[in-house]
This record gives sequence, C-alpha cells and structure tokens, in this order.
Amino acid sequence: MAAELLAQAAFLEGKHPQSFPFFGVERRGAPVTAFTRIDSAPIGVRTSITAPDIVVVLDPSLIKSINVTAGLKPNGLLLLNSPKDPSAFDAVFRGRVATVDATGIALANGLGTRATPIVNTCLLGALARASGIVRLESVLAAIERHVPAKRDENRLAARAAAEGVLMPMPQAVVA
Amino acid sequence: MRSYETLEDLPEAPLATVLSDIIQTGSWRTFRPVVRKEACTKCYVCWKFCPDVAIAIDGDGYPTVKLDACKGCGICAEECKPKAIDMVPEE
Amino acid sequence: MVQAVISGNYAQAYAAKLARTQVVAAYPITPQTTIIEKIAEFVASGQMDAQYVKVESEHSAMAACISASALGARTYTASSSQGLLLMHELLHWASGARAPIVMGIANRSVAPPLSIWTDHKDTISQRDTGWIQMYAESGQEVIDSVLVAFRVAEHEDVLLPAMVAEDAFYLTHTYEPVDIPTQDQVDRFLPPRKPSSGFRPGLANRYGTFIGPELHMEFQRKVAEGMERVPRVFREAEEEYERITGRNHGGPMPTYRTEDADAVLVTMGTAATTARSVVDVLRKHGKKVGLAKIRVFRPWPVPEVRALGADVDRIGVLDRSFTFGASGAAHTEFAAAMYGSPHRPLVRDFVAGLGGRDLTPPMFTQMFESLLSSEKEEVSWVGLKRRPEVTVRG
Repeated sequence: MAAELLAQAAFLEGKHPQSFPFFGVERRGAPVTAFTRIDSAPIGVRTSITAPDIVVVLDPSLIKSINVTAGLKPNGLLLLNSPKDPSAFDAVFRGRVATVDATGIALANGLGTRATPIVNTCLLGALARASGIVRLESVLAAIERHVPAKRDENRLAARAAAEGVLMPMPQAVVA
Repeated sequence: MRSYETLEDLPEAPLATVLSDIIQTGSWRTFRPVVRKEACTKCYVCWKFCPDVAIAIDGDGYPTVKLDACKGCGICAEECKPKAIDMVPEE
Repeated sequence: MVQAVISGNYAQAYAAKLARTQVVAAYPITPQTTIIEKIAEFVASGQMDAQYVKVESEHSAMAACISASALGARTYTASSSQGLLLMHELLHWASGARAPIVMGIANRSVAPPLSIWTDHKDTISQRDTGWIQMYAESGQEVIDSVLVAFRVAEHEDVLLPAMVAEDAFYLTHTYEPVDIPTQDQVDRFLPPRKPSSGFRPGLANRYGTFIGPELHMEFQRKVAEGMERVPRVFREAEEEYERITGRNHGGPMPTYRTEDADAVLVTMGTAATTARSVVDVLRKHGKKVGLAKIRVFRPWPVPEVRALGADVDRIGVLDRSFTFGASGAAHTEFAAAMYGSPHRPLVRDFVAGLGGRDLTPPMFTQMFESLLSSEKEEVSWVGLKRRPEVTVRG
C-alpha cells in the first residue's frame, strides 16, 4: 500500500510512477519488499530495484535479519521506523539516515494495534519531508483519494510524521 | 541439512531443504479456536477437517490446537457437530 | 478518458466492467486475485451489472463460463498457473464450443517447485487449446487488449475464446498511469453481443455431444477456420479502436528500430519494456539492434515474422518458458514460420526469466552482444546458476 500511495502522490504531481511489490513466502514476519520508481517520463524498465536511492524500512526488527541497505547508493537515504536518533544507526549505513517513530505516531492516531500498527502513511509523510521526492501535500491528497478507511487519521499521522522525522540535514535526494 | 546454490546442487527430485514444521503458519492468525471440553464429544471431525493438520489429540483424547500451525480459518468451529469450538480474537 | 494509476490487474477488471460483461465466474489464485476482487467490488456496489458466480474451482469457473457464453452472455473470467491448468480440459471445450469467453491470465510459473512468480509456462502449455492468446507489456496494453479481445472473440467470423496474459507482479501488481477509456468510447467499440450458438430459451438442443469419425475432423476444422480469420478481424478491430481512443499498440508483432538492425530480440510480456531501453543504449554505442514483441501468440503472426526475418540476419527469441524435449515455444514457432523463406536468418533461443527470475538490463545487453558476435544457434539458458568451475570450463 505504501508503494502504491507513493505512486499516486507522484502521479498527482504530474510525474510517472511505477510501483510493485515483491512477495516473499506468505507468512507474517517474512519481509515484503515494494519497489517504486518515479520519473518525469514513462519508466523504461520492468525489473526489481537493486540500486535504490532510498530505502524505507517499515519494520525495524528486519534490520537484524536482512541487509536492508544492500545496493543503497552511498549518497542515498535510509528512512527507518524507529524512535531512536539517526545516529544510532551509524553501523547500518554510512550515508544519510532519517528516523521517525511511525509506530508511536500511528498508534497515537488510532491506526492499527500494538501488534500490527499501520505505519505506511506515517512513513510516506516522513519520506516526503526527508527526501523531497514528493511533496507532503501530494501524499496527503493521495491518502484522501485512495486510502479506504480512516482518511483523516491517516492524514494527521502522515503530517505528524513529516513534522517529527529526524534527519541529519534537510537535503533533497537528487532523482 | 541440504542447501542449494547452483544447478549442480539440485537433486533429481524437487526436495525442499527444510521440513515444513519450521514454517510457522500460525503467526498470521487473527482468530484462535478454543475447544470447550465439556461440550466436546470426541468425534474428531475437527481433526479430520483441519486443512493444515493443526489439530492433534491429547492424552485425554481431546482435540488440541497446534498454535504454530493453526491459521485461524475456523473450519473446525464451523464443522464441529456439538458446536464445542469457539473462534476467539487473538490479543 | 481518465488517467489513473492502477495495477495491471485492475486494468483487467476495468476492461471487464467497461465491456459490460454479463457473467463472471472465477476462482481466486495468486496473483490474479485482485482482478476478481475488483470485479466483485464493482458488482456489489452496482457499478457493474453482471452476474458474479462464485465457484469452487477453476474447472467449475470455466464450465460456468461456457454455459453462460452458450446462452449469449458476454463472459469474462481470470486465472493463472495451477488454476489455468485445472481448467485445461474445458479450455478445449470452450474453443470447440465456439464460446467467445475472454479470460485474463496472470502469467505465473507451474509447480513443482511451487512458484508464485512469473514465467509463461502456464499459457504456453495451453497453446494447443484453440484459444486466441495475447501477451501484454503494460497496464495500458492490458486494458486495451482485453477490450479488443472481446470484439475479436465475439466476431461472427471468429467465435473463439481469447486469453490476455500479463506477467505476475511485474504487471499484475504494478501500479502505473493508464488511460481508462470512457464508457461511451467502449460502447461505441463494443456493441452488445449477438447470440451465436443457436441456443434460445424454450428451444431444445444437444450441445457438444458424442460424434464418430465421420464428422469430428470437420468440427475441428471449423475451429481452425475461425482462428484463420483472426488476423483480419484483429486488424480491423484495432483500427476501429484507434479511431475511437487514439491508441494502437502496433498489431500482432510490433517492432522497434528493426529497419536496419543487425540483430533483433523477440520478446513477450514485460521483458519488452526493459529490452527497449537496452536497444536505445546499445544504439547510442553504435550497435544496430532492434526489438520485436509478440503481442498475439495465437494465431501465430506468420506474415509479420516472415517480414522481420526477411530483413534481419540475426534473431534471438526470448522464451520465458521451455518445452522440454524441444526448445522454447516462441523460438520453435518463429523458426517454423521462417522455414522456406528465401532469406535464412540465424534464429537463436534465449531461455530466460523462468520462475520469476528478474530480466535485468545487463542480461539483455549480454543477449544482444552474444547475438551480434556468435554464429551459434543452440538454445541458451540465460543466467543459469552454475558452479564457478563449470562456467569457467564453458
């Protein structure tokens, strides 16, 4: 859903998105990866992304078991759902790290449960602020149009996450 | 345990490298079956119908749910003749 | 026309809805499920006036579709992989019954081992069943091809079922901008279906019954003749579609930069997108390469294939499946169509991307370079994982 919403947000800005998931084995706790490409022209490949500019991690426990930064460009951005400061992840990635307590914000806005918080809209809001690849307004508009339930809560959460994201320097990623 | 990396590692049959019991299909359950023993007639229809072989029979002859495997589909509760199984929300 | 970001699967569902499908009988299977879930949503909300028949298996789904279609209903279903295989005997039934059912297929490989990822083994293994077969590269092609498929299938000169295939995940679950035609545009393109089977309420008939050697061959010949008329009907349908929507995807085998090409790769499905980008990159480096894609696999586009082979010396056919004991199906059909042509290009088989193995730009570059530099015509399995010492030995 996060990748799809990102595509919708980019589309609202007149860009060309391409988003698709890569399913792992179907069990909870198995990582599900989603890829999104955004360009000003139609995307000319249909392959998995192996050298991303940005990696967003929705489930922080994944860092222990998989190499979330595999292929991430040295000047890329790693955005993590975590209450910790970005400096806590120096060992994970030497490039730009941003963190946001998406779980906390989601729960505070009634999105999901402690066991399964709905963090995707929070992370999209944080992504907009931390990377600049889409505007927060586009994320909010995409949520309004395409999220099936709790649109107000999701928008509030996305905005709160955008305001609460911690990043070393407010730089846009060059697409 | 086997591990496969290349064509040369593969056996002449589609044998998996691990047994099914390490795949914890119970981890995404949202409802859990609970057997009310006082109503259970030990007909074992639940055991027979469970598509995941997630019901075992305990030492007293009562059906017991293997929570590692049970996905919470509710077929046991649906098929139970004396209606002795309740589907209870997880957490 | 509305532009929206939708998945390939939703494109199928929108096409079925816009076509004013009357009966949908389908069974879920990853990664087709969101097609029929979306259709169910359309029907439940009243946006689509169709009878949605919930069935217990794909075999039953096809049985229900054949029956509905026989009674004159515009019929749609969708499946994939094991599900498509489960309906196999009824695929033969549908074409023999001249039932113009349209089926969306999520191209997914076939067990064992169990896979949810893409290759063409499911549809390729059904190429003998008398169905029109199309492969889509993009969400746009999905929605347009399904609408064209209805028109071609239901044409009185054809009356054959049609399947429109899209690669699992790389297209089924890929969200990208798609121009969705308006209901008015589709109504102009697709008038209501004219009943064709001779069934009418109150009139008794026997259907598909037992026949001896005296006429079985002739019934099969009818199917063959319907299929023979597809190229003309297809061309006319796509011309009409272009008049109404402004879009044309280039016929049964569109080509890209093949006019002066030294080597051409022939692909099916989403591989074409990546291959096209590689063509552009290699062209910038002075390599004269081109791309052709098979949009319509059945009936096999013989004239287009021969036209391509007449001008190009080196052709690589990318098969995303393999026919054990022979070679990749597209390669076999390509070479067969070329046989007897005065100019004999080198025709090679590249077997790649099976079981969802990603087809990356470097792999296409490797295929083009191999085509340009090697005289060999044997089958190459691209990206096969071998022990290093085996690879070095060659």
